[in-house]
Amino acid sequence: MHEPIINLKDIDVEFKQNQKVFKAVQQVSLQVEPGDIYGIVGYSGAGKSTLVRVINRLQEPSSGEVWVNGQNMLQLSKLELRNARKKIGMIFQHFNLMNQRTIADNVAFPLKSSGLSKDHINQKVQRLLELVELSDKAQAYPNQLSGGQKQRVAIARALANDPEILISDEATSALDPKTTASILALLKNLNQKLQLTVVLITHEMEAVKEICNKVAVMENGRIIERGSLLDIFSQPTQALTKDFINTATQIDQAIEKIKLQDLKLNPNRKLMHLEYVGQNTEAPLITELYRQFSVVSNILYGNMEILQATPLGNLIVVMEGASDNLASAINYCKNQGILINEVNLTEAI
Amino acid sequence: MDWLARIFPNVVTMPEDFLIATGQTLYMVLVTAIISGILGLIIGITLVVTAPGKLLENHLIYNLLDKLVNLFRSIPFVILLAIISPLTRLIVGTSIGTTAAIVPLIIGVIPFYARQVQNVLLDVDGGIIEAAQSVGASPMSIILHVYLHESTAELIRASVVTLISVINLTAMAGAIGGGGLGNLAIIIGYDRFENDVIFVALLIILAMVFLIQLIGDKLAKAVDHS
Ligand SMILES: Nc1ncnc2c1ncn2[C@@H]1O[C@H](COP(=O)(O)OP(=O)(O)OP(=O)(O)O)[C@@H](O)[C@H]1O
Ligand SMILES: [Mg+2]
Repeated sequence: MHEPIINLKDIDVEFKQNQKVFKAVQQVSLQVEPGDIYGIVGYSGAGKSTLVRVINRLQEPSSGEVWVNGQNMLQLSKLELRNARKKIGMIFQHFNLMNQRTIADNVAFPLKSSGLSKDHINQKVQRLLELVELSDKAQAYPNQLSGGQKQRVAIARALANDPEILISDEATSALDPKTTASILALLKNLNQKLQLTVVLITHEMEAVKEICNKVAVMENGRIIERGSLLDIFSQPTQALTKDFINTATQIDQAIEKIKLQDLKLNPNRKLMHLEYVGQNTEAPLITELYRQFSVVSNILYGNMEILQATPLGNLIVVMEGASDNLASAINYCKNQGILINEVNLTEAI
Repeated sequence: MDWLARIFPNVVTMPEDFLIATGQTLYMVLVTAIISGILGLIIGITLVVTAPGKLLENHLIYNLLDKLVNLFRSIPFVILLAIISPLTRLIVGTSIGTTAAIVPLIIGVIPFYARQVQNVLLDVDGGIIEAAQSVGASPMSIILHVYLHESTAELIRASVVTLISVINLTAMAGAIGGGGLGNLAIIIGYDRFENDVIFVALLIILAMVFLIQLIGDKLAKAVDHS
């Protein structure tokens, strides 16, 4: 366990709107360790942006403590805060590039007060543009770039002062899936190459699954569930988390399609959802169920992902057999460490 | 040159008056533009950055400036000319003449330009400001290198609108002996029924307006990369 690089303690953020107090963030504590890619997911209005903006004090918390890199952010003078912000890069959904500056100038902007010589700045800008593979666009203006390229420029700008932390607020939400994947790959690469700690806000679990090692799920200003990527994906406890995961693994869509079929379910023919983590693989299991309990399993949907180098499987199967045997088969699965539940077709799982 | 004398019988007898009047108009426009330009810009910027939730939020300064700008913008210029004359006398020693006319011009134009500047700067995307804050830029740097730099083209366009209205107002300032082309058109052209004088004065004013518009548009286009 490292010292957290970001440590938020009991953060509240209140907004006053015509006499009424609205709590956008309530009693949130969050620890991010060096090298983490920490995903924060939640639906629109959950308070994700408000929470992460507290980290660099673009948003002042109403109460709580903010520690970044061992510094108490709430006790810094204005100048100290500006220097601290240089070590916390940030990228945004709409890129927020300066339209009247060239790409090179946009990237050079954070270095204006760095005291570096012009030559030094130029060299650094060149290096940053190489890092995001945009050297050829140095003299272009933002309106000549695609969305993905703009976000790369924004990343280069955010890295100009060699920050240890990068906050990404829905940085891929305005991009198509392929561009999203390339930006995520870049973030992952920076995480590994520069030991950059990343806080990644998103409403797409796909993105989290792709690169995060930890996840927090936010709802109504609170973190309702958090943990390692694998734990969250394999043992979600909150309905909202399951909702997000199902969207990511497309189980919901699969069940929607399965619903349309006439499965002729009865007490001897059940629709089951199996989830397994780690070394289990479906083939021996299905064979075992037949060999030991004469239960026939028909796979309707299967999905296997590798999360953090660990396989995570989802199966939807119709199991058929004598009801005693079915019960034993289900028990057997449970003993194998498989999460097994009957799918209730009248409501979503 | 006979035909000139036929069309402009009075104008040809007074080329010097035209030269002087044009000079006076240019003088009033220039001095007003420089002083109101600087002060209007400062007030416009201050209005933007001291507004609630902005960079240098300050309720007192914002409300005070906002009310003052509103107040002065709602006073018709002719009335401003009258009520401001004691102040004018205090500043330039006299309340008549070209230099005296500049005082009400400046006071009338500052709030007009300040609002224009404010509207232009408000159009700068808040996300861009936030991005600048997130890299640790100081408020001064954000004003100079983000707000003003991002809106240069629009500021030029707003300045053109203001300049043209300054030319308009100099004509009115002629009423207190401010001189200039407007004065010439009224005192000589209108009062003595010398229509050709009105016409030529108008032509010169139109030429100025067109020229400013033309140069302004070209300049704005040249600096705009959005
Ligand atoms: N400056 C503000 N003044 C008043 N209310 C605000 C302000 N900023 C945010 N809120 C409110 O706080 C809540 C959380 O907003 P926030 O932007 O943090 O949500 P989010 O999770 O980032 O959503 P999204 O996914 O849409 O970006 C929302 O209900 C929003 O209306
Ligand atoms: Mg948000």
